[in-house]
Amino acid sequence: MSTLTGSRWAGMAEPGRGSRRPPGFAGNVVTVARREARDAVTSRWFVLYTAAFAGLGLAVSFVSAAGSGGTGLSGYGRTTAGLVNLVLLVVPLMALTAGASSVASDRERGMLPYLLAQPVSRGEVLLGKYFGLALALAASMCLGLGVCAAVLAWKGHVTRPASLAWLLGLSTALALGMLSVGMLISVVARRASVAVGTAVFAWLVLVFVSDLGLMAGAITLRLRIEELFMLSLINPLQVFKMWSLYAADASLDVLGPAGLYATEELGRTLHAVFAGCLAAWAVVPMLAAAVVMSRRSPL
Amino acid sequence: MISIRGVSKSFGRFLAVDGVNLEIPEGESVALWGLNGAGKTTLIRCVLGLVRYRGAITVAGWDARRHGKRARMHVGYVPQELGFYDELGVARAVLFFASLKGVSVRSVDDTLGAVGLEGHGGKRVRELSGGMKQRLALAIAMLGDPPVLVLDEVTASLDACGRREFVALLSGLSGTGRTLLFASHRVEEVRALAGRVVMMERGRAVSEVPAAGFTGAAAVAPGGSVVGAVGAVGAVGGGGSGAVLHLMMPLGVRLHAAAQLRAGGFEATLNGVGLLVPVHRERKAEPFQILAEARIRVEDFEVLPTAGEEAR
Repeated sequence: MSTLTGSRWAGMAEPGRGSRRPPGFAGNVVTVARREARDAVTSRWFVLYTAAFAGLGLAVSFVSAAGSGGTGLSGYGRTTAGLVNLVLLVVPLMALTAGASSVASDRERGMLPYLLAQPVSRGEVLLGKYFGLALALAASMCLGLGVCAAVLAWKGHVTRPASLAWLLGLSTALALGMLSVGMLISVVARRASVAVGTAVFAWLVLVFVSDLGLMAGAITLRLRIEELFMLSLINPLQVFKMWSLYAADASLDVLGPAGLYATEELGRTLHAVFAGCLAAWAVVPMLAAAVVMSRRSPL
Repeated sequence: MISIRGVSKSFGRFLAVDGVNLEIPEGESVALWGLNGAGKTTLIRCVLGLVRYRGAITVAGWDARRHGKRARMHVGYVPQELGFYDELGVARAVLFFASLKGVSVRSVDDTLGAVGLEGHGGKRVRELSGGMKQRLALAIAMLGDPPVLVLDEVTASLDACGRREFVALLSGLSGTGRTLLFASHRVEEVRALAGRVVMMERGRAVSEVPAAGFTGAAAVAPGGSVVGAVGAVGAVGGGGSGAVLHLMMPLGVRLHAAAQLRAGGFEATLNGVGLLVPVHRERKAEPFQILAEARIRVEDFEVLPTAGEEAR
């Protein structure tokens, strides 16, 4: 059995004992993000979600295209609408669960304290994990939507690259917001299973309960149109849906009175309003997660 | 190199570390010794900045709280059990932590070879045994040749053979000008690696003794409280009786176990983590038999040579 000596180690890596400056904030964030992204894209959830997203996307696209005769912008509009609904279901689930399991599972297997025993700050670890997972989610969506677009084009259906790019960009923005919520859940929860369970519950609330709540609230509280619109801005999924429709059509007429109100009252500023809402969903939960993480023991 | 001044840490109402003061100059090797729950691991976590604490800790002159990254830049840390990213490749793990430490590794093979892991770089972490994971943790801890090494019960999860090998590996690091702070409940480990032993009880550093001849034997106050007196192995073992069994077991059964052993004709002395039982060379198994019949579970054990045996 070999024994070690200090000099033996000193020769293997630089810097040695003389210069000791830890890497900067950005350097550590990039290091953690690269590892997180690599870990994510080689994981089963990534393959599963990407395959499911692409498969369902293809199915939705073909059904929509077939229903419209397969050609023309109306055909593509139906396809986009179908994909928007698919994104609304799949992307939040992907992002919430990915974020929720990240910090909590590291804590559960003892990796988090070990990581934080290195010359790295908690903020660097949190942000690195966020960016790494965001990269993996963006890659998953690019693959999923890319496969849909490629197969549709190959089969001769009309595709409009700009609309697809919009959809991809908005899906990524939605994913960033949901990932941020997932990270907050992950930092707060003690166990990974609790974190993932909470994330699924949050997904159910955002996808189903908030819609029903909004409808019920509108009826029982006799909400005014502008109040209804403002309330719908609280739910990032509604924001994504409205922004997707507005980006495709420059109008929200299809949403009824609330859509008409928004188009007439806010007009071109709607893009900024929607962007601000989704940006808030990406930033505020992450800030809260950073505060919780800085105060909480990683054990 | 490490300065701990008036450090306290509580979890709710439980005071895990209570006003500990400890100065460790450069190049010294200090062992933290005590019962489970004595505060050893919590104190180490304070040094690493993993938990909030009252008081002040500096590592290489850097405040562990305010300049945590700077302080940890001087520290290599090996935990009790490595909770690694299982799917990560061994070589990738080394490169990942090297990057976090701002160290460029000239050769991953050499780094792994230094801890006896040559040829394992292509494996995934989950394919390594417990002992190999500890060696990997040591290789990572030593990246950049840090002046301080902090070890937390590093051999607790290893078998006897793995323990011997790991301690042999570590012994090459003590006495090289490196500062060592480690928690252990194994006498052999303390004697092999430490220069000074700090005995901890209920979160407080109650006494300090030189590691030479250390057995951990302690006077026991009514109620089983360790008060910190230490005897040499020869004195405990009655010199020339062959060996001293160090039997580790939960706190709640130690007094009962000592009574059973005394009834069976053995001297039994409580130390920080179990019992010291001097035995004749040919009667080593008997204490185990007595304890098994009394349904007392021995968690771990080590056989310590007596002073007379060591001299030979």
